[in-house]
Amino acid sequence: MSGEAGPGTGGPEIEGAEIEGPQIAAPGAADPKAGGLEIRGLEVRYGPVRALRGVHLAVPRGAVAAVLGANGAGKTTLLRAVSGTLRFHRGAITSGTVAFGGSRLDGVPAAAVVRRGVVQVPEGRRVFARMTVAENLRAGALGVPGRRAAAARERVLELFPVLAERAHQRAGLLSGGEQQMLAIGRALMAGPSLLLLDEPTLGLAPLMAARIADTVRQINAQGTSVLLVEQNAAMALALAERAYVLEVGEVTLSGPAAELAASDEVRRRYLGIGAPETDRPVGTDPGPGHERHERTRLARWTA
Amino acid sequence: MAVFLELLVNGISVGAVYALIALGFVVIFKATEVVNFTHASLLLAGGYVIARLHPLIGFWAALAAGIAAAALVGALVEFLILRRAHVGSRGVLAIVTIGVDILLTTELTRRIGTEVLALGDPWGDRVLRLGPVTVAETRVVALAVAATLIVAFLLAFKFTGWGVAMRAAAEDAETAALMGVRLGRVSLSAWAVAGALAAVAAMFLCVFPTPGLDRGTAAAAMKAFPAAILGGLDSTTGALAGGLIVGVTETLMSGYQSELAFLGRGIGDAAPFLVMIVILLLRPSGLFGTKEPARV
Ligand SMILES: Nc1ncnc2c1ncn2[C@@H]1O[C@H](COP(=O)(O)OP(=O)(O)OP(=O)(O)O)[C@@H](O)[C@H]1O
Ligand SMILES: [Mg+2]
Repeated sequence: MSGEAGPGTGGPEIEGAEIEGPQIAAPGAADPKAGGLEIRGLEVRYGPVRALRGVHLAVPRGAVAAVLGANGAGKTTLLRAVSGTLRFHRGAITSGTVAFGGSRLDGVPAAAVVRRGVVQVPEGRRVFARMTVAENLRAGALGVPGRRAAAARERVLELFPVLAERAHQRAGLLSGGEQQMLAIGRALMAGPSLLLLDEPTLGLAPLMAARIADTVRQINAQGTSVLLVEQNAAMALALAERAYVLEVGEVTLSGPAAELAASDEVRRRYLGIGAPETDRPVGTDPGPGHERHERTRLARWTA
Repeated sequence: MAVFLELLVNGISVGAVYALIALGFVVIFKATEVVNFTHASLLLAGGYVIARLHPLIGFWAALAAGIAAAALVGALVEFLILRRAHVGSRGVLAIVTIGVDILLTTELTRRIGTEVLALGDPWGDRVLRLGPVTVAETRVVALAVAATLIVAFLLAFKFTGWGVAMRAAAEDAETAALMGVRLGRVSLSAWAVAGALAAVAAMFLCVFPTPGLDRGTAAAAMKAFPAAILGGLDSTTGALAGGLIVGVTETLMSGYQSELAFLGRGIGDAAPFLVMIVILLLRPSGLFGTKEPARV
């Protein structure tokens, strides 16, 4: 990752394993590389409920950033604020800004956000169960011109050959893993420059989760930036260059993923690992050995 | 037997017209989950424009104008009222549409007064004889046009981008928006299409053997409600089947009224609603309606 967003743009940096208090303004607000996502001082409310407060976050172009956090921390809310879907939940941005590629996204309707190249894969997959797989993919391309869709379709079927096999099957009849592939493939049909993923491995068996992780890596290698929300912290930290920890609506930790993976706090609370260990940091091993991931997957519920 | 065949053919033709109305009803429900009670007044508006304009610009141009006008009224109701009515429940929105319907119908019936307006159609009172069976030409045309429109519509729904957007929005509006579907456009187009279909139906409801457009026409349009509901509010196939069932039942009941005298006069008008109730008791989501599918 070149063109570092600059220290501080993503809220407090970690120093060792300390959790710092939130900072109100981002110091040294260096511009991210053109084309990136830049969230500043974001506050979101659902009526009287304040779900996010003073959130700073950056996804430089071409990068993968991860957001970790417990249930109810505000991860989905953060993605809704970017994709313009807060209004479906009677929520609203009450202060702060969201910008992508230098232009503001806050206040932009969801469909227009898609045309700007930012596409969200919703939590819980939400495939159109009554439509076929092929129709779901077609729906994914509705927001963009036809030429772009044809090219995207080939890319999607290459990434997920199983979708070609099941093209005429109802999406509701696919397995959970297949539905997740369809949900990601459908989002890719719009040819996004930034993909927002909300817990893509939730409820999937470890092997399928690992496949999804590989796919995210592949999608990123093809030039799409990714903002990944995950409770599977080990997987997210292995994928991301940069990570953020959300707690009760605030970013309490942020920094390079490898550093977060090594921090005691994160290890204890999100990776489910006790005292500091001497083995390799999680973030450095995305290889096929997933025993570690399975272990943390079980352990994170105790966090 | 000839009587029965005649009644059957007439019933199917009337049923096809009801199906057109029910189809518009279903399209709006699918796209926006609103039960649209404004439908009868959209139909009346379309018919009224045709009736007033045909002496000036001829039947075909008046028909086009009527279709456009009803589409426009539908779009306006969506854009000016429903889009702005930020009420939580679909039930309240349905009541809003009742209010709009009463306003529009009151104004239109005031304009129509006690007149019976002819539509100036080219078919007049000509009949076709097929062996022992005699059918009004208007009925044959209605059947052909309605069938064509319905087939075109079902194909568009299945295969065009518009249809996919419509179905996506119907199934999960938020996710459709995440796919770049402009929900406002989807719902606007649904209302416009429904208006246009209603105007075509209005024309067929007001030509021979009906004397013309009068203040009672809106009531005739009401029969499309049981058609849509018994077919299943969210099913286009259901609209078609429901329309035919209602049309045939009504025509047969009216045709054999003397034999059915013990049921009382006006059984033809009541029959569609009776059929609806019986079907809903047996199948609560209508013949083809989707039971809310369980989501994982
Ligand atoms: N529609 C809503 N109305 C009111 N409060 C809401 C709404 N949606 C979410 N919240 C609240 O906002 C907070 C953040 O919720 P959010 O769904 O963003 O959390 P999350 O981190 O995605 O959790 P999970 O891991 O369970 O998906 C929670 O306290 C939740 O109760
Ligand atoms: Mg969530």
